[in-house]
Amino acid sequence: MKLLEYQAKEFFFRAGIPVPREKLVLSPKEALSAAGELGLPCVLKAQVGVGGRGKAGGVKLAKTEGEVKAHAGNIIGMDIKGEKVERLLCSEAVDIAEEYYTSITNDRANRALVLMVSPAGGVDIEQVASETPERILKLQIDPLMGLQAYQQRRAGAFLSEAKDVRKQIAAIIGKLYWMYVCNDLSLAEINPLVVTGEGKVIALDAKVIVDDNAMFRHPDFADYRILSEDEAVEHEAKGKGLSYIKLSGKVGCIVNGAGLAMATMDLIKRYGGEPANFLDVGGSSSPEKMLSAIDYVTSDKNVRSIFVNIFGGITRCDDIARGLLAATKDNPLPVPVVVRLTGTNEDEARELLEGTSFIPATDMADGAKKAIEAAGDG
Amino acid sequence: MSVFVDKDTRVLVQGITGRDGLFHALSMKEYGTEVAGGVTPGKGGQKVEGFPVFDSMEEAVRKTGANTSVIFVPERFASDAIVEAADAGVGLVVCITEGLPVKDMLQVVSYLERKGTKLIGPNCPGVISPGKSKVGILPGHIFREGNVGVVSRSGTLTYELVSHVTNAGLGQSTCVGIGGDPIIGSNFLDVLKMFAEDAETEAVVLVGEIGGSDEEEAARFIKDELGKPAVAFIAGRTAPKGKRMGHAGAIISGSSGTAEDKVAALSAAGIPVAAEPAEIAGLLKEKV
Repeated sequence: MKLLEYQAKEFFFRAGIPVPREKLVLSPKEALSAAGELGLPCVLKAQVGVGGRGKAGGVKLAKTEGEVKAHAGNIIGMDIKGEKVERLLCSEAVDIAEEYYTSITNDRANRALVLMVSPAGGVDIEQVASETPERILKLQIDPLMGLQAYQQRRAGAFLSEAKDVRKQIAAIIGKLYWMYVCNDLSLAEINPLVVTGEGKVIALDAKVIVDDNAMFRHPDFADYRILSEDEAVEHEAKGKGLSYIKLSGKVGCIVNGAGLAMATMDLIKRYGGEPANFLDVGGSSSPEKMLSAIDYVTSDKNVRSIFVNIFGGITRCDDIARGLLAATKDNPLPVPVVVRLTGTNEDEARELLEGTSFIPATDMADGAKKAIEAAGDG
Repeated sequence: MSVFVDKDTRVLVQGITGRDGLFHALSMKEYGTEVAGGVTPGKGGQKVEGFPVFDSMEEAVRKTGANTSVIFVPERFASDAIVEAADAGVGLVVCITEGLPVKDMLQVVSYLERKGTKLIGPNCPGVISPGKSKVGILPGHIFREGNVGVVSRSGTLTYELVSHVTNAGLGQSTCVGIGGDPIIGSNFLDVLKMFAEDAETEAVVLVGEIGGSDEEEAARFIKDELGKPAVAFIAGRTAPKGKRMGHAGAIISGSSGTAEDKVAALSAAGIPVAAEPAEIAGLLKEKV
């Protein structure tokens, strides 16, 4: 779960990491009163999940009340990479002397955590990594030992010459680490971490991602979940045991297993069609699950056909066939449905579906071709 | 010789009184695996379908002499179950459960390394050496004895590929589903090293997917050290960036972990990559 900046800053504040004085506002009027409290000049920042909001005009400095009103009016309702801006963070303007990058994340390849710092702050870290990798210091954190004090000192020394600044950075990194561990995060990023004209180190921006698998330990985090339209559908589907991701093609997919579901999309593309979605129904394929799977796929108005690709394994294919029949007993199918069933009792399943409107397929490739043809795709 | 499991494998099922645990305990037994019993805290002393149930792994191992465990407990208890199994002294733990917190897995993997316990999973279908033993949920009937080692991050996609291999008249030495999570016990490299040593394995099928850089590392090992022919399949060529494709580990982050990168790394190492599952058997036959 990715948090918005103002939510991430709440985490920072609670962890004792210095942040600017800020207020979340929802209208130009609220922005004006926030600016009155914080003082001018102030910075207005669009609160969106996507990156690149600065370039899109979602971050503005306001020097007068007139500018606060005008900028707030422009940014609220703005479309940034498909995301509509509803919230605005009004922040005191900070006198910036230096900008750094700091983050902690999981290092999959080394099965550890990694602390990353760079004096090249305020820009995309992937760009720094590819153009000037020597400007990034990566320190591996052992998951059993935890962050060590010398690592904090080394990171501070890599970023600054000034003794006092180094000390402040080391302390912030220590707090960032504990925040990361205690809240089950998979990313905690400060970009930029700035040194002000007075030599104070503060986190100007904040990015936090919570590990979805650990949400059961943090039931209160559910309040932080703000979802875009597509994400809301995906989240709702997850509650029903389905992994659903909407795409833009015409051929809907219903598959058991994530790997096979990806391979099914790839196969549709290979034969000249476009997959309309990723959908993994998981291990058990109860009639209820098949019914909601069909609901999700057909709620997408671009869908012209559906390919049900099930490798039964231990699951009995006749169960799935009965599920499909039950799921469509009262509602006729709005689009052609091609069914490939392999595994235990597949012959029985084929007999069950014979004479119905389901189109049988002998294997995965046959199913993909038939579904593309039925969709008039490719 | 085989990899991970053989005729001497004696399995305890953690979570044996649950629906999935019991179903697969029976299915493993039917396949010929020696299932010594199971553990469900608080339900010790019972018998389910003839399997003795114990309260703890310590007691279960002491009384049955089991050397392997397979885990079906809910996600919030699963990392504890893995550590309990390792502390009880089993040499191999197979975790079927998915959705374990990453923080827990980072610590568990590190701890198990110290204990010398091998872990397959989490979020995996398990391991099978056809004709010898199966630990996990893989459908035994699609496999046949032979000399192809299969290692995969997926479940049903593995079955799809294995069925093509079997239908082409090629059997398998061992098939390992390593799991779809970002942090797993045994990764491609660990399993490939075992295949390199295994006399029964003459060729390898590697089934990868988007996310991470495990396939790139595997490509390097296959080229330089495996010493046996290998073919591969990569899922997720059409996956959008930044979305988790069902598996927690199947995500393209920024510009890393794409299918193109993995296919390129494998191809550059001289490993043929099937464009679709049905091609795998043909590529394999050219190699063996």
